[in-house]
Amino acid sequence: MKFKSLIITLIASSIFLTIIICIWKILATLQGVSFTNLNFNLNLLLSLGLVITYVFIGKKFNHNLKIFILSLLFTILFTFLNENSPVWFSVGIFLLILFFTNKLKKYDLEYLNRDFISEKIVFEFLSLFAIVFFALVILFPFYIMFVTSFKTQTALLINPIDLSIDFSKNIFEIFKSYFVIFKTYDFGRYILTSSYVSVGTVLITLLFAIPAAYAVARLNFFGKTFLSTSILIIYMFPAIVLVIPLYTVFSQLGLRNSVEGLLIVYTATTLPVAIYMLQGYFKSIPKEIEEAGLIDGQNWFGIIIKIIIPLSLPAIASVSLYVFMIAWNEFLFSLMFLDNPKTFTLSRAINHLTGDAETPRQYLMAGSVVVTLPILLIFIYFEKYLVSGLTAGSVKG
Amino acid sequence: MSYTLSKIEKRTAYTLLLPAVCLVFAIILFPIFANVWISFKEVGLKDIRIPEPRVKKIVKNIQDSNSELKIIYKLRNSSLIQDIREVKFSDKLPKNIEPVNLDKRCEFKSKKIKCFFGNWEPGYRENLEIFVKNVNNNAINSKYIKSNKPDLNGKSNNILLTTDFTLKNFKNVFINNNFVELLTTTFYFTFFGTLGAILLGIFAAQLVNQKFYGRTFMRSILLFPYVGPVVALAYTWTLLLDPNSGTINSLLVNYGVIEKPINLLGQKYLIINILGFELKLRLALTTVIFFEIWRYFPLAFLFILARLQAIPKDLYEAADVDGAGPFRKFFYITLPQITAILSILFMIRFIWNFNKFEDIFLLTGGASGTLTLPISVYQQGFAVSNIGMGSAVSIVIVLLLITFMIIYFKLIGKKANEI
Repeated sequence: MKFKSLIITLIASSIFLTIIICIWKILATLQGVSFTNLNFNLNLLLSLGLVITYVFIGKKFNHNLKIFILSLLFTILFTFLNENSPVWFSVGIFLLILFFTNKLKKYDLEYLNRDFISEKIVFEFLSLFAIVFFALVILFPFYIMFVTSFKTQTALLINPIDLSIDFSKNIFEIFKSYFVIFKTYDFGRYILTSSYVSVGTVLITLLFAIPAAYAVARLNFFGKTFLSTSILIIYMFPAIVLVIPLYTVFSQLGLRNSVEGLLIVYTATTLPVAIYMLQGYFKSIPKEIEEAGLIDGQNWFGIIIKIIIPLSLPAIASVSLYVFMIAWNEFLFSLMFLDNPKTFTLSRAINHLTGDAETPRQYLMAGSVVVTLPILLIFIYFEKYLVSGLTAGSVKG
Repeated sequence: MSYTLSKIEKRTAYTLLLPAVCLVFAIILFPIFANVWISFKEVGLKDIRIPEPRVKKIVKNIQDSNSELKIIYKLRNSSLIQDIREVKFSDKLPKNIEPVNLDKRCEFKSKKIKCFFGNWEPGYRENLEIFVKNVNNNAINSKYIKSNKPDLNGKSNNILLTTDFTLKNFKNVFINNNFVELLTTTFYFTFFGTLGAILLGIFAAQLVNQKFYGRTFMRSILLFPYVGPVVALAYTWTLLLDPNSGTINSLLVNYGVIEKPINLLGQKYLIINILGFELKLRLALTTVIFFEIWRYFPLAFLFILARLQAIPKDLYEAADVDGAGPFRKFFYITLPQITAILSILFMIRFIWNFNKFEDIFLLTGGASGTLTLPISVYQQGFAVSNIGMGSAVSIVIVLLLITFMIIYFKLIGKKANEI
């Protein structure tokens, strides 16, 4: 039992270390270090050596001292055996090994002696690997987007994998793409339009949805069940089946190329989910509070303004953020309805940039950063509300 | 008492609902029905514009006489396809100025030139010349005449409102346009996109459900692909996968994994040789599916995580006592607890992936074997400029969607409300 789990620990941990080191190498390649070989086998052997040394030294030394000396030793080995590499790369390797050996702390011979341990060990390293994997897979495109916006077209063509930012240039040179998209491509205007459309959509949606949701949640009327089921069904219909009739009607009414037309469509498409989310919350408010309001002589309007809205601010925040996100990210309708650069939203503007094959990619990426950053910041700041909005509304997406 | 409380309540309810219902009806329900109407018509993109009579006014001086002027009205029918009936024209002249030798179709009355042109065929053009002179033989202020805008109107048919119908569009959809391939591509994309997103979502949720350093950070990061704008993300991916100087291809070539860059988004098939068998992989479609999975697994993750956190802890404690390992715990405790949410997720995500437009459109535009039904709506309607065909494809989508919804509500409609 002990022997089996020992072998498994050795294999799982050294594979894990090798993969991490290879990922670090690949990331270093993107910073301009010229590696052409991953040396997977060699690194695997080294990792195995490291883990074996670690396990057999056992508890003879102080843990911190032990991992420090081991990391230093193996960093030198790794650096020596890999192709010539800059200092920061070796420092990275050192930190990785330090972190890794620290993780190994509990895997002493006593721990390996426990029951059912081998499966657990595999699982532990698998989760460690999964954390790295998910972080990498998710963040890599964002990283590329961000870094590319600081490069120049010629530098990208000469060496497409060198994505390092040249800090020796002055600030104006580094942020050149951003200056260009704001000056030449008029992105300031598009940010304004996008904000105007998104905030406008939120406000109008709330204005329409709060009364409707209140009626569905509280009042009795003919056709109530029909209405509340049809809300969800309507929500399931995709924008693409609405596009052609809306396009024709909006063309004939002259509503294309106008922000107002966009506002109407965005509001209508987000209304069902807003009503659905709000009425669920309204139902959870105790009826007695409203009855007290009624006795005090409030009418329905007063009850909504003075009782319902203050009590359901969290839900309203969720709905607002969710609707804002949808409106900010929306692409299909803005593609269909906006031809005139004066009325573009950010999404449409970036799409317009790609229409010209000559547009350098760093401008495109700078534009992408400009449209992505606000929504990500809002998401991080209001995560709690947006997540509850997403869960409630994410039947769609 | 005629005004009972319940009547007041009803009335209030309808007043509160009216604006929302009207808006949703106009923008969502009306277009769905309008699709049916349009899909039976032969309408192109250019027919949408209602034909209008147009006029351009040019004022010219006449040599040797400043009391006379020539006005040229350049008249035309804006449409090249439809005619305009009963075209009427009128233009105002200043005081003391009168036309000379007026065209037969026109008359001069109370300082106004009025003309009746009758019918204009499609693409009709005419230059109407009118000479005017000052009654008192004084000089004419030509600027003043220029500033007057003539009035022109006529009757024309709105092609969308006529009642000639045809079955041609549906015939085209089902017979001429490779409908079977369109449908297979759509289902292939939908099914694998949904399945992949849910599988990855299970992994991610299982991961975040453990305790580790930086867990909340991980949870926020996992939602990034879903929260980010599709335009930015799709273009980043196109750059990443670009065959000429994309990062992925350059890295692979640099490390000697592949010899030549692969056009992941532009190549329809990749032929793989496994043990002498030739396998044809739909490369571009697979790449698009990967993007889809990457973008939408956060949603599955969110749902599954919420469900995982609701599983009672004592189930796992009991398993610990019995000595079950983590894999066994997953298959015998976790999985049975989340099957309900998984089935709901699968249905909902299936419907939404089925409708997905932006992602494919931005990545490949429907080229190299990635043409799905929603992309086909756009292509027919706006690339081929055949609105009727586009509508017909929309109708196919709506019908399939209704079928899915019926299945959904029959299978798990009631369960969905409980969770």
